[in-house]
Amino acid sequence: MPKLPAPPIPAPLKAPPPRPQESNGAVRPVDHAANAGTAVVDWVDERTSLSGAARWLMFRKVPKGTNWFYTLGSATMFAFLNQAVTGVFLAMYYRPDASGGAYESIRYVTNEVFLGQFVRGMHKWGSTVMVVLVFLHMGRTFFFGAYKYPRELNWVIGVVLLILTMVMSFTGYLLPFDQRAFWATQVGVNINGTGPLIGPYLSDFLRGGSEIGATTLSRFYAIHMLLVPGLIAALIGAHLYLVAKLGTTAPPWSKAEKDPELRESEA
Amino acid sequence: MASKHDKHASKYTLDRNIPGAYEGETVTRRRFMTGSAHAAGAVAAMSFTLPALGFAIGPIFKSKPHVWETVGPTEMFPDNNYIPTVITLTPGIGEAGKGLVYVRQKNPAIDTDPYDKNTPYIAITSRCAHLGCPVRWVPAAERFICPCHGGVYDLLGRRVAGPPPRPLDRFYTRVVDGMVQIGSRFSVNSELRRFSPRDPGEPIDGLGQYAYPSRPSIRR
Repeated sequence: MPKLPAPPIPAPLKAPPPRPQESNGAVRPVDHAANAGTAVVDWVDERTSLSGAARWLMFRKVPKGTNWFYTLGSATMFAFLNQAVTGVFLAMYYRPDASGGAYESIRYVTNEVFLGQFVRGMHKWGSTVMVVLVFLHMGRTFFFGAYKYPRELNWVIGVVLLILTMVMSFTGYLLPFDQRAFWATQVGVNINGTGPLIGPYLSDFLRGGSEIGATTLSRFYAIHMLLVPGLIAALIGAHLYLVAKLGTTAPPWSKAEKDPELRESEA
Repeated sequence: MASKHDKHASKYTLDRNIPGAYEGETVTRRRFMTGSAHAAGAVAAMSFTLPALGFAIGPIFKSKPHVWETVGPTEMFPDNNYIPTVITLTPGIGEAGKGLVYVRQKNPAIDTDPYDKNTPYIAITSRCAHLGCPVRWVPAAERFICPCHGGVYDLLGRRVAGPPPRPLDRFYTRVVDGMVQIGSRFSVNSELRRFSPRDPGEPIDGLGQYAYPSRPSIRR
């Protein structure tokens, strides 16, 4: 296997070699402290060989012309991480209780908990940000032709991630269990029901019965915080693996560089 | 010696010179062990996946109990105007399980449809037949009007404008000891013929009644 190139660390950041008159060859305690981080990383790497994988993932060659549009995927991922982290902490206060407890717990988070309004706001507005970013990322991929061979599978995974994001938006909307949540879910479930033959049964499955009730709220909560986030995290892993494996595309306006000899002969 | 991938190789291990083969054996021990390990894994995975799936889709097959709920004395309801009453659609969850029903006495001059002969009172749901928003009865216009997408219904709950695919659903009614009681919901088509209750958004005229079948969870 060929040796992978060392990470391109700028010269000023590289640690200077010790001066002979300073150390006298003796290892001082401060040297141990300075090397502690490296020692830990070495200890882990010796047992896992993870540094190769990290270098393979992080230090990739990117095509000429790579620009800010290429950051939309990372932006979407950070929007998801924001949802995941704020969601975990919201779950510490939330109660999926249809007979008033859910609404009361959300009211408590918003009005009483320290920074509760902020964390809930990050989750609520972050969900809209994530949906917008997903579509911008999808548009970038489409207009740059980045869905073409050999990246079709990554497009398919991306579409599944889009659908799962929609499922998250739909199931999360019910959780405050206020008037807006109740009637929006009523309409949303009934839109599902308009699919012929399977639709009515799908509605029953979503509601856990024929009417919206306690089961609806608890199953939306389980789908929202356990089922779909796990699927999204796993599929983001697959999505990123394929990006690292296949590399990114050059923008459509960048021309392939001609062979110098061919250029000579044409001139 | 015949190759493993040779199409014309014998199916007997003995003919294929596999060490330890015996008369009549067709499956190699390696294949048998691989298959057993896979089957054991499948059985183990199914033993929790299938019950969990059944657990999740169980409510589809569970039917709702049939209950009658008293909404008021007979003299409370005129025969030319609807009185809004509140009934419990889902018990046990307080306000969220309540629903609005518009009730009036049956009027032979208005209720001329041939299908509904035994219902003493007309009870019409507030769930819009389009997507389930709450419709409001406007007495001056004699119309039910939905705030969400502009569905409009007449005095009998028949659609006169907007997207709803069928009239407003109704409830069975009866009178016990001078009190009006409301029972299960049922749907009606555009001629006010009775059908098993459907969800909003599901047409029941023509092919609709087959495309959107009645479900075990709410079959009357």
